[in-house]
Amino acid sequence: MEDRACRRRRRAKTTTLTPETPPTFRPLGEIDAHTRRRKRRSQLFRYVLLVAMGLSLFPLVLILWTVVSNGIGAFGGEFLTQPEPPARREGGGYLNGIVGTLYMVGIATVLAVPLGVLAAVYLVEYGRGWFAGTVRFFTDVMTGVPSVFVGLFVYAALVRQFSFGTIMGAVGLAIMMLPIVVRSSEEMLKLVPEDQRAASAGLGARKWQTITKVVLPTAGPGIVTGSMLAVARAAGETAVLLLTALGSLQVVTAFSGVAQSSITLLIYQGAKQPFDPGKERAWAGAMLLMGIVFLLPFTARWITARRTR
Amino acid sequence: MVDNTQAQAAPTAAPAQTGQTNTAPEFTPRHTTVPREVGEAVFDVETVSVAYGGAPALKEVSMRIPKGEITALIGPSGCGKSTMLRCLNRMNDLIDGASVSGRITYHGEDIYAEDVDPAEVRRRIGMVFQKPNPFAMSIYDNVAFGPKLHGMKSNLDDRVEKALRGAALWDEVKDKLNDQGHALSGGQQQRLCIARAIALEPDVILMDEPASALDPISTLAIEDLMRKLRGQYSIVIVTHNMQQAARISDRTAFFTVDMEQGVRVGELVEYDLTETVFTNASDQRTESYITGRFG
Ligand SMILES: Nc1ncnc2c1ncn2[C@@H]1O[C@H](COP(=O)(O)OP(=O)(O)OP(=O)(O)O)[C@@H](O)[C@H]1O
Ligand SMILES: [Mg+2]
Repeated sequence: MEDRACRRRRRAKTTTLTPETPPTFRPLGEIDAHTRRRKRRSQLFRYVLLVAMGLSLFPLVLILWTVVSNGIGAFGGEFLTQPEPPARREGGGYLNGIVGTLYMVGIATVLAVPLGVLAAVYLVEYGRGWFAGTVRFFTDVMTGVPSVFVGLFVYAALVRQFSFGTIMGAVGLAIMMLPIVVRSSEEMLKLVPEDQRAASAGLGARKWQTITKVVLPTAGPGIVTGSMLAVARAAGETAVLLLTALGSLQVVTAFSGVAQSSITLLIYQGAKQPFDPGKERAWAGAMLLMGIVFLLPFTARWITARRTR
Repeated sequence: MVDNTQAQAAPTAAPAQTGQTNTAPEFTPRHTTVPREVGEAVFDVETVSVAYGGAPALKEVSMRIPKGEITALIGPSGCGKSTMLRCLNRMNDLIDGASVSGRITYHGEDIYAEDVDPAEVRRRIGMVFQKPNPFAMSIYDNVAFGPKLHGMKSNLDDRVEKALRGAALWDEVKDKLNDQGHALSGGQQQRLCIARAIALEPDVILMDEPASALDPISTLAIEDLMRKLRGQYSIVIVTHNMQQAARISDRTAFFTVDMEQGVRVGELVEYDLTETVFTNASDQRTESYITGRFG
């Protein structure tokens, strides 16, 4: 038994040490069956991926097509410069909604982005122990909270005491944006290599100097992109605004006291009505909103490219 | 291959003298051979031990690091060379769970004293890391980073040029100071990091395997640079390259890993003039390591 195992091992050894046939050159074109099978499988996999990509792009293309083909009719100069008339009437536009969206998304961005970036800096640079863990946990939970809840929360906490208006809508949107900003900024800050922080500290930089002079500039482009995603999310938000901004038929420039409109609220109301002019304007509004959302990432890239050059 | 001229040419600061005249009487190094008398010390390390999260990494190291010379730290991986180096400019403070005990003085001042600001220590004591780590900014901004940080904003251009010249990089980059630091070759990046460190005019430069990621020619360029900086700066260098230690250093400290009750701890075995360590080591372990026979 033992003998045979021994002999077998010896034989195995000799074959590996001195191969009977020395390695010979084979032309590169000469492919064996195994390689051919591998190549085929690789091909197949590529087709599968291609089909998957096509399938996932299909709804997007369909949406684009539907929105543009329905919305282009009512879209134009008048659409961008006139407020919404009663749903029955032709003409007019979404100026009240555009102004409201710009106002509320703008204020929400000013509220949420600095706060979110600061929170992310805290989590990445200082966050140890239970407090950071709690913040991270609630950020995760907030990402998944349905927007109606956020709207109800702002309604109960603020709107009932004050009134519907721009600021209320902005607060609601800011709450929606905050977890996205925190999460995306956190990931970007984590991507800054540790040796950059060490280099900065080695030059006698204090922690806040390292953060403001090395970490944030390095993570900057990523943070801007992440924040743009949050802005896009806020621009498309409806449920929160129903309970905080309410909607308005006039252009509102007041920050509080008067109910405010938004593109999404107008789309929602226009689409509910049985009147074609209102519906057509809703399609045009959807097209406008989609255009804004599509343009944001390009804006982000443009901003960051100009900053880094 | 081994070029010892530099080490031999090094002025022996003082005649061999074992009496510890300059230090407190209770300073009795336990795990070191007493180094030959160091003239003026830039660092005085007294029974320094380091632990990471309670696990000891370095045990009771004592050594006097001379001013204006090049001191090499050698030894097998994990013996605590980087740990020792990071103690000297308080970089260990940035590592969670790292604890340093013992005493380290820099020109006679305890750098771990209550009222000492670690950032100020790191400003005076430059550090170059194993992997070149320029900031994601222009070459100019990399070098100007330290001076700007500390409000040294007058003659910034001159300062940057002087540092780049000091790091033997000026001629290669003078026409592209606005290019990204990352666009340089590895060896150039490392010299950029040296320029960045010397722009702050430290009197000590700590280098952790500064040439380990570089080709032989860049390595020689860095070594030449170190020879040039010697005298003006005190340099402490960690290296795995024995020839490099022999070529450039005046003194060599050999560390090793010791098993103590089943725990691996780094310790300083021998610290002496490089020439002595390489030709006439007093500890068997040093000799085995240097000649390539490991215990
Ligand atoms: N940041 C850290 N956290 C925990 N333990 C560490 C840390 N840095 C080093 N150690 C431990 O301390 C010991 C010494 O490590 P150190 O990096 O000083 O060794 P070294 O001599 O520089 O090795 P090398 O030659 O491989 O760079 C090792 O056992 C290591 O695991
Ligand atoms: Mg090391």
